Amino acid sequence: MSFINYASREINCKIVYYGPGLCGKTTNLQHVYAKTAPESKGKMISLATETERTLFFDFLPLALGEIRGFKTRFHLYTVPGQVFYDASRKLILKGVDGIVFVADSQEERMDANVESLENLRHNLKEQGYDLDRLPYVVQYNKRDLPNTVTIDELRKELNPTNVPEFEACASTGEGVFETLKAVAKLILVDLKKGR
Amino acid sequence: MSTSQMVMYDEEFQEINEVIERLLKDSNSKVIFLVDKNGQLISGVGETERFDTTSLASLTAGNIAATGGLAKLIGEKEFSILFHEGEKDNLHISIVGGRVILVVLFDNRSSLGLVRLRVKKSSEELSTIFEKLVKKSEEHAKSGSSSFPFAEITDDDIDNLFS
Repeated sequence: MSFINYASREINCKIVYYGPGLCGKTTNLQHVYAKTAPESKGKMISLATETERTLFFDFLPLALGEIRGFKTRFHLYTVPGQVFYDASRKLILKGVDGIVFVADSQEERMDANVESLENLRHNLKEQGYDLDRLPYVVQYNKRDLPNTVTIDELRKELNPTNVPEFEACASTGEGVFETLKAVAKLILVDLKKGR
Repeated sequence: MSTSQMVMYDEEFQEINEVIERLLKDSNSKVIFLVDKNGQLISGVGETERFDTTSLASLTAGNIAATGGLAKLIGEKEFSILFHEGEKDNLHISIVGGRVILVVLFDNRSSLGLVRLRVKKSSEELSTIFEKLVKKSEEHAKSGSSSFPFAEITDDDIDNLFS
């Protein structure tokens, strides 16, 4: 649910990065934060445990620029990936405008990917959303590791609806901005339709 | 979509600011913020430049969401008031009209009792304004109002954002 403010001429949208534990959601945000000009970003907030696992969420506000005199802002959130934080994940999905599903390409994480994607669908449904009707992209992360599953296989399991998909290595930043741009664009196109 | 889009118009924005400006004075507080439940800052008055308002808005919404989750677990609808006491500054957080969060930051020049009292009165006024706002944006949506700023954007406009 984007927020349009005619008084301050701003449009705010919320993007949520979802995916299994340790798939690289926070790393995606850290890269965006590191590579964005200071005037376009706010402070990045990470509510994490002492071992740097996300406890509640990471938050990064970005200002992209103006469209037709309206300042366009995106608020990037990640969810905690670990299975037992499900209650927190549900809360963060509230009011979401677009979703990035970050998949871990390693063979041994395939089950976790599938489980997380099912969890995403389920949690969205609980809030009255349908993943197939939301701006949504998939990122296959950790492509640099040796034990990765082929893209064809990942696609078959995780992207049956053929949404935009990107190969990435979030730790070096490869594919991170491509993913973000794609979902931001889908959101704006959606807004244009005036849903 | 499950919820309608939040839209703010000039007229209501001014009305809202009048109410919270008055609350700022009456409650002798330092800063007041209005945040929507999804973490978007709606407005702020007082010494706002001293704070990272965007982060504050997002964390407040997270806080309200988390305590709301707790409330449901014990069979409550929500906790409509939260109070955080610090050494110098305190935060009084309350839910207005079920969908907006009012954050009052105050120090020892005010008191919890005074803030609670004044917040209660202002909340009623704010609820009325937000109800009006929801109706107004629903009417605009129904009439397919062309004033929607994004209706006419082109693919080029969007691409330019990322150049």
